[in-house]
Amino acid sequence: MSLDTATVRRVAALARIRLEEEEVARLQAELNGILGWIEQLQSVDTEGVEPMAGGAPRGAPAGMPMREDVVTDGGIRELILANAPDREGDFFAVPKVVE
Amino acid sequence: MRPTDFTVAGALAALEEGAISAVELTRAHLEAVEALNPRLNALITVTADQAMEAARESDARRARGEARPLEGIPLAIKDLFCTAGVRTTAGSRILGNFVPPYESTVTAQLRRDGAVFLGKANLDEFAMGSSNMTSAFGPVENPWSRRNDPGTRLVPGGSSGGSAAAVAARMALGATGTDTGGSIRQPAAFCGIVGIKPTYGRCSRYGIVAFASSLDQAGPFARTVEDCAILLRSMSGHDPKDSTSARVPVPDFAAACARSVKGLRIGVPREYRLDGMPAEIEALWRQGLDWLRAEGAETVEISLPHTKYALPAYYIVAPAEASSNLARYDGVRYGLRVEEKGGDLRDMYERTRAAGFGAEVKRRIMIGTYVLSAGYYEAYYLKAQKVRALIARDFDRAWERVDAIVTPATPSAAFAMGAKMGDPVTMYLNDVFTVTANLAGLPGLAVPAGLDAEGLPLGLQVIGRPFDEETVFAVGAAIERAADFRALPRVRAGA
Repeated sequence: MSLDTATVRRVAALARIRLEEEEVARLQAELNGILGWIEQLQSVDTEGVEPMAGGAPRGAPAGMPMREDVVTDGGIRELILANAPDREGDFFAVPKVVE
Repeated sequence: MRPTDFTVAGALAALEEGAISAVELTRAHLEAVEALNPRLNALITVTADQAMEAARESDARRARGEARPLEGIPLAIKDLFCTAGVRTTAGSRILGNFVPPYESTVTAQLRRDGAVFLGKANLDEFAMGSSNMTSAFGPVENPWSRRNDPGTRLVPGGSSGGSAAAVAARMALGATGTDTGGSIRQPAAFCGIVGIKPTYGRCSRYGIVAFASSLDQAGPFARTVEDCAILLRSMSGHDPKDSTSARVPVPDFAAACARSVKGLRIGVPREYRLDGMPAEIEALWRQGLDWLRAEGAETVEISLPHTKYALPAYYIVAPAEASSNLARYDGVRYGLRVEEKGGDLRDMYERTRAAGFGAEVKRRIMIGTYVLSAGYYEAYYLKAQKVRALIARDFDRAWERVDAIVTPATPSAAFAMGAKMGDPVTMYLNDVFTVTANLAGLPGLAVPAGLDAEGLPLGLQVIGRPFDEETVFAVGAAIERAADFRALPRVRAGA
């Protein structure tokens, strides 16, 4: 599978990364290089293999423990807003979303 | 003895005897940082005042008879661990001014145990890299250089390159790192020090800037196996804030370093003998196995048949998780924002991320976005997860026959800054021996075992069963005793 320039632009748009026109060809070559190398996985017989999700090794304590569904913190509005690039009062501010 | 030449264990003993104070120890390391960091660029942020304050408090505590397990030990912290009130950049422009209001669990535990933080160590951007060349704060120089070519500056490896360089150059007694595909073990090997990536779930990931959540693990760097064991004990343990951190007891890892390897069965995977591998690495590997046999261990040839598929599987799983994790950098809640007058929200997102991320991070986000996109998920992501399961199964079968596995840590010694930058895949091959342990969630330790013909350090790797870091430390310590590695980097405190 080889990415054309339209797909490179589409993937960048999905990833919300602005691409300048002169970057497209270079990225296309790099991504195709990586994807071509990854392609060798298709030769592995994975018939009937359960996909491994998560990083816990086999033999790790089973399951993720549930905790009580209770509030454990709060009242830290200023801390949460402290790094905001832009704020209005107690809100994060963003550029106009709808006309 | 120069304070910067202490081991962690030695410094703890000297502090306890009153042979040195925490203030003296910290000051000596801050002086080393001041002298060497302009050249090595190992630390992005130096927290000298806080370090001296912590050292004074440490001396007061010890005087009151309240010394904690790491009382007064100066450490460098990879700048991927959030430190409350201290800028945490992840080596990225997009977090260039980020000051976390909270502390990672691992660093909180190190503080709880009395460690003194000297500053935040440089790294590849978002821990994506094997050379530390992708940091937005500039590359790190390896304190080692080639015997016959001292003018060529070498990489310290990555992604935890600043941590490894700082410990090797004696700017810190130890450091924290993180390892997603080899980011502790490869720089440890390149810098001639020890580093361990523990079992997935051993350390909490809370407060560590996320790269690939099913692969990321924290671990320590130090100049001896025992020192790594001491640091890992403080870093480990279940944390309610990370549901993947394991509810298992934390053993006294340092005690395990003194265990005999007599009777242990050491696996030697035939698939790790790569075509074109330098002869001296092959020779060092054989030497390491000889040392272990001389100590009474038995070596057993094993097969890990899916080894060659580990890196390609990793370069699907890790970018997929990264593309999801890094979606949070949107210019809204924290970090960089770039906007054009009159532009809408989407335009702001796209400009922010274009300006904030470097080339390697963008490549990985794009690969991850592509393999997770409609129509490709099964062919790529699901396939990679199945191959990952086969890699884990290879190890499960190996553990029926062996107690630990020994391999080279890296396929080469440290390379020149700027080398391998032309083709991403060439750079990725650095992690060929380390990435399998991440995919299978297993502990892996790199220990220096010798020098190549140019006088550069080479490391061996010890991989263990899940949550059996103790055997890994025992085998690593046996290699360390036999190797008696005493070579020193050219650039170091006091040199």
